[in-house]
Formats: sequence, structure tokens, C-alpha cells
Amino acid sequence: MPPDLATDVLNEDDRSRFEAIVMPHLDAAYNLARWLLGGRNEAEDVTQDAMLRAYRFFNTFHSGDARAWLLQIVRNCCYTWLQKNRKWVDVDELDDASVPREKETPETLAISLNDRERLTRALEQLSPHFREILVLRELEGCSYKEIAAITSRPIGTIMSALARARQQLRVLLIAPASKEARLGL
Amino acid sequence: MGCELAQTRLHAYLDGELDATGSADFNQHLRNCPVCAGALEEEEALRQGLQQARLYSRAPAGLKLRIAESFPGIRAQKSAGLGLISWRWFAVAMALLLAAFVGWRQLSIGNQRTAAVVAAVDAHLRSLQPGHLADVQSTDQHTVKPWFDGKLDFAPPVRDFSSADFPLLGGRLDVIEGRTVAALVYGRRKHFISVFVEKAAPDTSWSGSGEAQGYHWTAWNKDGFTFCGVSDVSLADLNRLKELFIQD
Repeated sequence: MPPDLATDVLNEDDRSRFEAIVMPHLDAAYNLARWLLGGRNEAEDVTQDAMLRAYRFFNTFHSGDARAWLLQIVRNCCYTWLQKNRKWVDVDELDDASVPREKETPETLAISLNDRERLTRALEQLSPHFREILVLRELEGCSYKEIAAITSRPIGTIMSALARARQQLRVLLIAPASKEARLGL
Repeated sequence: MGCELAQTRLHAYLDGELDATGSADFNQHLRNCPVCAGALEEEEALRQGLQQARLYSRAPAGLKLRIAESFPGIRAQKSAGLGLISWRWFAVAMALLLAAFVGWRQLSIGNQRTAAVVAAVDAHLRSLQPGHLADVQSTDQHTVKPWFDGKLDFAPPVRDFSSADFPLLGGRLDVIEGRTVAALVYGRRKHFISVFVEKAAPDTSWSGSGEAQGYHWTAWNKDGFTFCGVSDVSLADLNRLKELFIQD
């Protein structure tokens, strides 16, 4: 992080406001970055970058949902990082209604508290767009409206994307071995 | 409502995004359709798995400091020579600053309660530092309750509310305004709730609820004890926990 980016743009009052309403969402920012980027180091760097951006552009935030505002910035930083590091090519499958729906198997999913690793692996195999939507909904507890704001998508898309994300996750959990074939990745 | 419509609404229902009429219609359909009821059950199991598997990654404490240091504005509030002091003390200092600010903001609710809120939020913040959450970590109330024996001059009521999605995670001793109190730690999805318990006394008993710097608090009295819950969960969630205590 070049130090010259951190210009002293906020006055005393705004600084206090930033600390009071944005800083408490640091965990949310880091969690999203961690799930989108995978590694701890990458997540720390990108979170710091995003926080600094939020700080510098705090004057553009007037009121409303500070968490959603911050997570939007974090998300953009994450995707920039993913693209810059060629970890992922952005194919917006969320808007693509032609993706075939996976038929669910009759097996019942038994997920217990001990399945942290299994769930982590399955989540990591999802594409970032589906992963972020599940992380925001299930881990962060965001409403559809908040997810729509964070991801700049219509609420209707969020609803159908969540349904498909859950379906894909279930498929990955049931048949981890053949997930590429089943998801057509 | 037909199955096809129900299928598209199932996720909105699961996520609490249907309005009252929509929910009622969906419920009506569920009663007559075992297929949709089964599908909902599957989704609920998946959700429960996701929410209970502790997949949430909290920001490492070192990151907080690194970010704070990269802001000129925040640096101005630190004392000189901080580099020599560990981040833990910095975090404690920030918590105290925050608590002081909280106290200042809450002046209108009266000095007595202000001090208690400040102290409770402060204690909760301290507990969020790594390794400070609980002195005894157990989801078993029969392990947590005896742990307090001999450490306090009262036996705090300890209950696990896992069945209502408020699992007991453990307990610790804390100090509120110079008094040693029991702190029970509950989980709510990825969040933590501290419930401080002490013997009710005329000068320390208090009740009410409010918000202080992004943290919610709610205080109540029952059976000669004063309780104060502090957390970043919604006030509705905190009040739900309070109801569980009161109904217990």
C-alpha cells in the first residue's frame, strides 16, 4: 500500500463518524474478502485496501447502510484482485438463465456441526458470484435488499441466484468427487 | 398456490423475505404438499449446517491495528510511542475511548445507567479480544454453572438455549463498575452475546435497552438478579434471548 494514498481527507467529526459506523464492520469486510479470495494474506491486504478506499471516499457516504456500503467496496476490490491475479474470469452466470438446473438426488443431506471442512470445500468450489451470495446471506445475515445493493443486482436476480447457489452447494456436498462433471465447470 | 409457484417462493420464505400474506399462502400450501414441505426441510438443514459450522472468519486483531495506522485521522488519536506497546493495549485503549464516547452519547439516560452501560459494553468489547471470550468454554450448562462456584458470592442462573438458536458457549468472570459479575457467553449465528449477571441491589438494578456505538444492550431483572445482554446482534435478537431467560 503506497502511503501517499492515505491522504488526510476527513475532518475530525467525519473521522469519528467513520470509526463509529464503518470500522465496526471490519469483520464483515474481512469475512467476505476471505471467502472471495481464499487466502488469509490476500484477504488481509485487500481488506486493508478496501478500508482505506472507504476512508478516502467516506465523504460520498451520506447515510444508510454502512455495512452494505463497505461490503460493496470490499467486493469491488476483491474482483479487481481476482482479475489482476488471473484467478478467475468473470462470466456472469447469474444473469444467464440458460444454465441447466441440476436435478436433485433423493439422498438426504446430513450436515452436522463437524462438517466445517466439507462445507468449506464445497463453498470454495462454487463460483465467486454464487459463493458471495451465500456468504452474504448465510454468514453475514444480509437481506435480499442488502445483497442486491452490495452486488449491484436486482432483487429478483438475488432470489433466483440464491436458489441456484444452494442447489449447487448441495450437489457439491453430495458428490464431491464428480463435482466438475455435475456442475459442468 | 401450486407447486411451481411454491418452489420459486421457497427460498424467499426460508429467508424471511415473503410478506405476511405470501407467508400465509406458502404455509397453506406446505400443509397439503409433502414434496414442498420436504424441500423446505432440506433447505433448512443446509442453512443450519452453514450457520452452525463456524465458517465466519473474523478479522485478525493485527489487521485492525494495521488499518488504524494507515489512517492519519486515527493515528492522531493515539498516544506517542504506541509502537512500543502491544496492539492488545491499543485495542483496550480504543475500547475505553469508545466506551467513554458511548457514555457521553448516553448521558440522557441517566448517570447511573450510563455508567453501567459503558462498563458492560466495555467488558463485552474486551471479551472479543482473542482468548478473552470465555474462561470456561462449554456448551453444557452443568459444566459452566459449577465453574462459578467459589468465584462469586452468588450462583448465577446458567441455561443453554441451543434449541432456540442461542447456544451457550461458556462463561467468564468480569468486572462491572468494580463489582465482580458472571458473564455468560452465547452464540447467535456468527455473533457473540455477553450476558452479565449480578445480584440485584437497589443501587445497581437497572433495566431498559438501547444502542451504543453499533452494540445493542438490554437489561432486565429476574429472581433477584440483574441481567445485561450486550452484543452486535439486533435488538430483536437480544430481546428474544431476554424472553428466554424470563420464561425460563
